[in-house]
Amino acid sequence: MEVPRHWRLKKQRYALVGEVCPSCGAKLFPPRDVCPVCKAEAKTLYTFSGRGEVLAFTTVTQPPAEFADQAPYVVALVRLEEGPTLTAQLTDLGDETPYIGMPVEMVTRRLRTDQGERGVIVYGYKFRPRLQPAPA
Amino acid sequence: MTPIRPLRPQRPVGIVGYGAYIPRYRLPAEEIRRIWSQGKGGLPVQEKAVPGLDEDTFTIALEAARNALARAGIAPEDLRAVWVGSESHPYAVKPTGTLVAEALGATPHVQAGDWEFACKAGTEAMVAALGLVGSGMADYALAIGADTAQGRPGDALEYTAAAGGAAFVLGPAQDALAVIEATYSYVTDTPDFWRREHQRYPSHGQRFTGEPAYFHHITHAARALLEALDLEPGDFAYAVFHQPNAKFPQRVAKMLGFKPEQIAPGLLVPRIGNTYSGSALVGLTAVLDIAQPGERIFVTSFGSGAGSDAMVLTVTEAIEARRDRAPRTEDYIARRTVIDYGLYVRYRGKLNK
Ligand SMILES: [Zn+2]
Repeated sequence: MEVPRHWRLKKQRYALVGEVCPSCGAKLFPPRDVCPVCKAEAKTLYTFSGRGEVLAFTTVTQPPAEFADQAPYVVALVRLEEGPTLTAQLTDLGDETPYIGMPVEMVTRRLRTDQGERGVIVYGYKFRPRLQPAPA
Repeated sequence: MTPIRPLRPQRPVGIVGYGAYIPRYRLPAEEIRRIWSQGKGGLPVQEKAVPGLDEDTFTIALEAARNALARAGIAPEDLRAVWVGSESHPYAVKPTGTLVAEALGATPHVQAGDWEFACKAGTEAMVAALGLVGSGMADYALAIGADTAQGRPGDALEYTAAAGGAAFVLGPAQDALAVIEATYSYVTDTPDFWRREHQRYPSHGQRFTGEPAYFHHITHAARALLEALDLEPGDFAYAVFHQPNAKFPQRVAKMLGFKPEQIAPGLLVPRIGNTYSGSALVGLTAVLDIAQPGERIFVTSFGSGAGSDAMVLTVTEAIEARRDRAPRTEDYIARRTVIDYGLYVRYRGKLNK
């Protein structure tokens, strides 16, 4: 049963809430309370814009059991525009092929369910190709 | 007969921010007809919006709410209520409102909960928010209508049951991009459409769906509000009605005296299907995307069971500065990937379980 862990992680998972270092201004994700750049204490919450770009990606065809419902899917290393990089699933690719440098934006989606149909639904961040304005 | 008294808040209230969300995938109605009626017969819509494997009413409500909050330009902590109207909440017990409030950053000093009234659950939440803000107890309240509607495979509803949502931050009128002049609701016990507990798909009472349900409730709510405010269809730039298919809203508009050009901008059902609790409200977002200051908008929802909420809005100058703070509804409609019936069956979880 992982319910307590999901609950602790919800802010960072739902909305990309990290931290900002009060001394040097570095943005931290995931939050780790100590600035990796200047080693100062960094506990000020910071909500990331969610915009970033794909640095690398791979298609997962043989996923762990709890993600099997969504396979095949693409996992990418994404660099946020504020600096940090993180690993996340790409979603809503439709007929688009991912590429290095692809501009993406964060969305909150179903990651998996804990204990199948009876358990809690685990939601968290994924990234999709940035929504474009409709042609006029 | 009791005189008709529309709801008018003690202090004026309006929409401070609005937002929509429509999933990327589209299932053409032709594709359903190919599978279920050998490609023969009329089609109620061109195509419908289908959610991806990782989407549900919460994820749809949240993106619409983020857009509404961006347009409102207020901090999430300023929301005193987060209310989600839907007939497809992800949990039977655990409010979608708690998830949306948490993900927005509106917790813990907030009301949160879910509303249910078939396709008018979203406007019901708006009327409640109007009361909360209009009484002066709260400055801002968020009302959302969102659904991932399901039709039984082969049922007539499968052509139209779609996914999408719209969110509205209500606040004091002086801060609003559209002032809500008044609302009026008309409700009866009508068995036109229902879903019992633990049933996956809804049932409908065929002979009840048109005249005694949709047309009766919408025309009674709409006419009563127009009369009470001494307004006529010609006083409005736009009108939006609940849209379960393309025909019903066009016919009810005509019955009430609205012209096709008044309903065209908000008539999205041919391109996205019936988004249930989102239906009239997503239409309203598309109208707000193009409306000019001073223009009046007439909205009437319909929810099976049955009832209608009618609403009169007047757009303000504030619309100009806020419109571009979030994607327009048309941006979501234009971003479309067509899928076939096979992929649809997988995306909607109709294969297993
Ligand atoms: Zn630092």
